[in-house]
Amino acid sequence: MIHRLRLAELIDKLSRRECSAREAMAACLLQMDRVDSQVHAFLSVDRDNAMAQADAADRALASGVTHREKPLLGVPIALKDVLCHQGQPLNCSSKILGTFRSPYDATVVAKLKEAGATVFGRLNMDEFAMGSSTENSAFFTTLNPWDTSRIPGGSSGGCAASVAANECFASLGSDTGGSIRQPAALCGCVGMKPTYGRVSRYGLVAFASSLDQIGPFTKDVRDGAILLQAISGYDRRDSTSMREPVPEYTASLTGNLRGLKIGLAKEFMVGGLDPEVDAAVKRAVRHLESLGAEIVEVSLPHSDYAVATYYIIATAEASANLARFDGIRYGARVEGSDPFQLNSRTRGSGFGAEVKRRIILGTYVLSSGYYDAYYLRAQKVRTLIRQDFLKAFESVDAIVSPTTPTAAFKVGEKSGDPLQMYLSDIFTISCNLAGNCGISLPCGFTSSPKLPIGLQVLGKPFGEETMLRIAHAYEQSTPWHREVAPLG
Amino acid sequence: MSDFNIQYVARLARISLTPEEEARLGSQLGNILGYIEKLKEVDVHGVEPTAHAFPLVNVTRPDVIEPSLPHEEALRNAPAKAGGLFVVPKIVE
Repeated sequence: MIHRLRLAELIDKLSRRECSAREAMAACLLQMDRVDSQVHAFLSVDRDNAMAQADAADRALASGVTHREKPLLGVPIALKDVLCHQGQPLNCSSKILGTFRSPYDATVVAKLKEAGATVFGRLNMDEFAMGSSTENSAFFTTLNPWDTSRIPGGSSGGCAASVAANECFASLGSDTGGSIRQPAALCGCVGMKPTYGRVSRYGLVAFASSLDQIGPFTKDVRDGAILLQAISGYDRRDSTSMREPVPEYTASLTGNLRGLKIGLAKEFMVGGLDPEVDAAVKRAVRHLESLGAEIVEVSLPHSDYAVATYYIIATAEASANLARFDGIRYGARVEGSDPFQLNSRTRGSGFGAEVKRRIILGTYVLSSGYYDAYYLRAQKVRTLIRQDFLKAFESVDAIVSPTTPTAAFKVGEKSGDPLQMYLSDIFTISCNLAGNCGISLPCGFTSSPKLPIGLQVLGKPFGEETMLRIAHAYEQSTPWHREVAPLG
Repeated sequence: MSDFNIQYVARLARISLTPEEEARLGSQLGNILGYIEKLKEVDVHGVEPTAHAFPLVNVTRPDVIEPSLPHEEALRNAPAKAGGLFVVPKIVE
């Protein structure tokens, strides 16, 4: 049962030599063989490459390298198909990248390797990270390990499902409007979006550059803190990464919430919230109070405008970022008689419906005559949303809310109505607009069917320590994180 | 949005669409633009726009020549190449 160990437990076993890196990697591959034909989390996995990395980790362990020097030595960690892993395929779950293989490692991948991890697999996602269900993958839909008639969330659905199904010890995904926190909530694992600039975006295929951030999916909060430690910090290759010191994150996991003030935003108590989700989050808030936190009502007055603001800013940035998929330098190509025809045909056949929808929307809001009315106005509303958060954080240390309005929905339930799909992100989106950090962790289950419910904790900019402290204290005094999915 | 011309915007975006896609995307985008209209309710008078969450400006580094991606690596994923170059359709008559 190696595959069911938490990352921190695996590190203990590896360092005591009770288990080898090869056994850990083989356990993940065996679990994939057992369940991935039902979950469909992985697009592909290079087994030889994974086992070679594991063997190298075992040789390092045998030669006396310790986990003090290489904190993730021998730990298998899987990647969303949006992160560059040298020599491995990268498709962003799109047809347009064809047979692309990454010429270099993303900074986070280089950091994982430097820490000794066994980096493997390509995890399914909504095409170019655009979606909330993985139904927008050009290849197949990933299914929820708790109920395979339901979606795992998105866009990082493969990341969440693979961790919930115990096919890896942790995974890395990306979050532009909730793409880490929402699938983590729906699959019952821990997903963290660090503060904008905390983690380098070099080697992350860009969707919306001012909102994108890489973060970990893990089986518990401590594992998330360990992984955040490994990937954080300034990178000269990403000029938006910040020169903030990286604290010792696990040191903040004290279990004690005394003296902390936790905010409840009255604007987040909206209609449309599933009664079981509402009840679970209210119980979680009372529990946080019983652990010593003071609960304070705060106001985020512009919350109602976050989804509209997001869909202007994110699509505008996407229309510019995805211009690079032109059929010239890499990826699939559909020939044309001139470059314009080649570009248009390549993009018309290579992109899926949601990506086309967003590029066209983004092009429109930036186009001559509409820029001021849409894009510039959205940037100003973004200022107001950010100011709401900064003002709230003057009186509280963190804000809690549901991560999602409902538990996992059925495959096909929302795929015909893009606007309904967008509105499933109402609680996660403003965090990306404001640039602060957020985490989702399990806080209960619906009764029938039994589906995970996520609690979101939003921290101040570079306030990961306090956010992790709150999440960890809650988790360790509740039973939810010990529940295992039927396909786990 | 009566003045949203899907054909014009798709052309700007360099995306060829089938007539069915034009009809479907056009109506879906009409709904989304209708929703986005709610931003007009917000008083943004005197508010500065935010392009980035943190005030980073003019991040520079010394202009030093360093090793970069080797030529053959940069071309390895090209859909059409010849003589160490990308092949594209004729541009100039």
